[in-house]
Amino acid sequence: MLDRVAQAQHIIEEACRGLDRQITVMEICGTHTVSIFRSGIRSLLPDKLKLLSGPGCPVCVTDQGYIDTMMQLADREDCLIATYGDMIRVPGSDGSLETRASRGNVKVVLSSEDALQLARDHPEKTVVFIAVGFETTTPATAVVVQEAEREGMKNFCILSNHKLVIPAIRALLGGMNDRIDAFLCPGHVSVIIGSDAFTEIVRDYRRPCVVAGFEPLQILEGLAEICRQLAAGTAEVKSMYKAVVTEQGNTAAQRIVAECFEPADGYWRGVGKIARSTLALKEQYRQFDAFQRFGLEDKPGKEIPGCRCGAVLCGLMDPIQCPLFGTRCTPQQPIGPCMVSSEGTCAAWFKYGRRK
Amino acid sequence: MVQVRAEEVTRTMATEPERILLAHGGGGQLQNQLIRERILPKLRNEVLNELGDSAHLQLSSNAICFTTDSYVVKPLFFRGGDIGKLAVCGTVNDLAVSGSRPVALSLALIIEEGFETRLLEAILQSISDAARQNHVSIVTGDTKTVDHGCADGIFLNTAGIGIKLPNVELGLSRIEVGDKILINGTIGDHGMTIVSQREGISFESPLASDCAGLADLTCTLFENVPGIKFMRDPTRGGLAATLNEIVEGSRRSVEIEEKEISVKPTVQAAADMLGFDVLNAANEGKFVAVVAPDAASECLRICRGHPLGAEARIIGEIVETRDVPLVELKTRIGGRRIVQMPYGRELPRIC
Amino acid sequence: MCLAVPARIIELEGDRAVVDAMGNRWKAKTTLLPDAKLGDVVLVHAGFAISTVDEEEAKKTWELFAEIENFENTSNKISG
Repeated sequence: MLDRVAQAQHIIEEACRGLDRQITVMEICGTHTVSIFRSGIRSLLPDKLKLLSGPGCPVCVTDQGYIDTMMQLADREDCLIATYGDMIRVPGSDGSLETRASRGNVKVVLSSEDALQLARDHPEKTVVFIAVGFETTTPATAVVVQEAEREGMKNFCILSNHKLVIPAIRALLGGMNDRIDAFLCPGHVSVIIGSDAFTEIVRDYRRPCVVAGFEPLQILEGLAEICRQLAAGTAEVKSMYKAVVTEQGNTAAQRIVAECFEPADGYWRGVGKIARSTLALKEQYRQFDAFQRFGLEDKPGKEIPGCRCGAVLCGLMDPIQCPLFGTRCTPQQPIGPCMVSSEGTCAAWFKYGRRK
Repeated sequence: MVQVRAEEVTRTMATEPERILLAHGGGGQLQNQLIRERILPKLRNEVLNELGDSAHLQLSSNAICFTTDSYVVKPLFFRGGDIGKLAVCGTVNDLAVSGSRPVALSLALIIEEGFETRLLEAILQSISDAARQNHVSIVTGDTKTVDHGCADGIFLNTAGIGIKLPNVELGLSRIEVGDKILINGTIGDHGMTIVSQREGISFESPLASDCAGLADLTCTLFENVPGIKFMRDPTRGGLAATLNEIVEGSRRSVEIEEKEISVKPTVQAAADMLGFDVLNAANEGKFVAVVAPDAASECLRICRGHPLGAEARIIGEIVETRDVPLVELKTRIGGRRIVQMPYGRELPRIC
Repeated sequence: MCLAVPARIIELEGDRAVVDAMGNRWKAKTTLLPDAKLGDVVLVHAGFAISTVDEEEAKKTWELFAEIENFENTSNKISG
């Protein structure tokens, strides 16, 4: 294994030597963020190669307004909140689901199916499933929405905040941060959408897009391929995760999602509105929309003074440059989601390497 | 040890099972009956049979170690042990890593009204077995009952006394740059077993707790190898917490090698599925030792010759502090990163 | 943003499966993989199988695969 590491490092170093400027590569997947930090990859890269974490952590990009809505529902006696563990500690304007857990109406689930079962087991309550996640996770929500519809379930709904990666990349390159040279593309999102989904980025922006898995070696080899392309002046989509990623992706999953959801404008934390970047339930399934059921509006929340999560998410700032980092904002007392999320850039910086 | 499958705890039997009543904690007839008929026969020893308000012990030395711990684990029964075995081994281990030979334990039971008596019997049997295996006696105890719903079934507390071994001086201040860090086996077994059974995800898994008393092994080490500077058992918070405690207490830095840390593939797979970090997962049959460099190979040899140390490894060493004392991990691919004190609660995640 | 682990399908009835990952057995649904078969290694995310794993391809680049094979073929229960 170590010889493959050395080989990848060699390719990266050679490419960087040839280019007389700093290279900026962005990964847009919270799981990549964590894996990179946990394996200490940054310490193996030349200074010329700057690795940025982008808006790839679904918890981090969840707008404050959505979180406050979630908390409002958690405060209701007639609701049971079913959520993935990732959302439990995210702070709203007034506490988090964790601080409300003593009420007993917040349940951590490992699968959307568990949330649906919770609704079957508790006909006296309305189960609200906190449906966050990128394209990898959306199909799981779509399946249970269709199941709920087939069974005629009246006490199940979803608070949808599923987001789309490609619009986010376009928003970055289209204005928010155009100094990104290449993208390390999310391996499991690509399982669903297919590696071909990134061809529009290559076509419109001429940035290499390399799909990589999550093992340290897979990431390192992905970075090596990016460097190789940049040094050669080419830009193409290359999948290095062919064991599970096909060019078209999982068409059955895509179909189920398209049956239930349609793109809508959405708010991304600190970034603001990105057109057609989230998914809303289609008319046929709108009875399962928690926003509609409870008469709530999906609007942006108040920004927290001093919180720079937005800039961090766009790769415009390293966590260490945020005035609150490590002082007022720590994993024990997080202010913004980048610090509280297990995949947040700030949390990763704090946990794994304050120095680099 | 009586094996009780976790599912049996919730299954009701066809005929109404015998249950603990509030009166069993009332200090009267029913309590006496419980003690004489259920508890004493299992924990049988001369001192306890006196049923005095205090145990009278003749100790060979006045240099003793004294510790206490409460046990609130859920589920009560898990593969590899139960709350009873945990209560004995946990306190035995606290005494063991402090450089003493455990001799006597107290046992306090706080039982919920309605708790099935046969489950209490199973737990008492585990306590008895574990005490015998670890050469300790339960010399004094207490029984209380609380309202239904107030104790998750049963809570236990044990306090323990150990006789300090001669010529053993342990302390964080003894730790020096160059000292080696050793662990007697794989990490994460207990933590991942509990989590997987609690979440109800794995309905079948060979995951098992590593719950075991370490005194026999640690005493052998202390008696044969001078140069052991410090020892701790990495329970809640796992290896990450223990290493950070060492750094904080000694103001030295630690460097560990990921490739030297043993993890069972099944444990790692469970952690991967839930998004947990095995470095933060609890261990109940492991100790971390900081030893002088010239003592390391002998410690390793002794561990590997003992059933509870077969997978012992030297996982790292104490290093010079650069700016601030911390725990640094050299990763499998040769990178470096920091190991932080865990938050205190791992949550399963999908992202 | 996606924790997903490879596991082998050891039981399958309709779209309800039991998968095995190094001895751990989990429930998973194959609704998103209608062509999944008993014995396939699949990638499981949030309780759903989202892709079959091409084992030949995986062995080339995925360290975990060498370990899975090792685990399934021998009784080597320790890694690291």
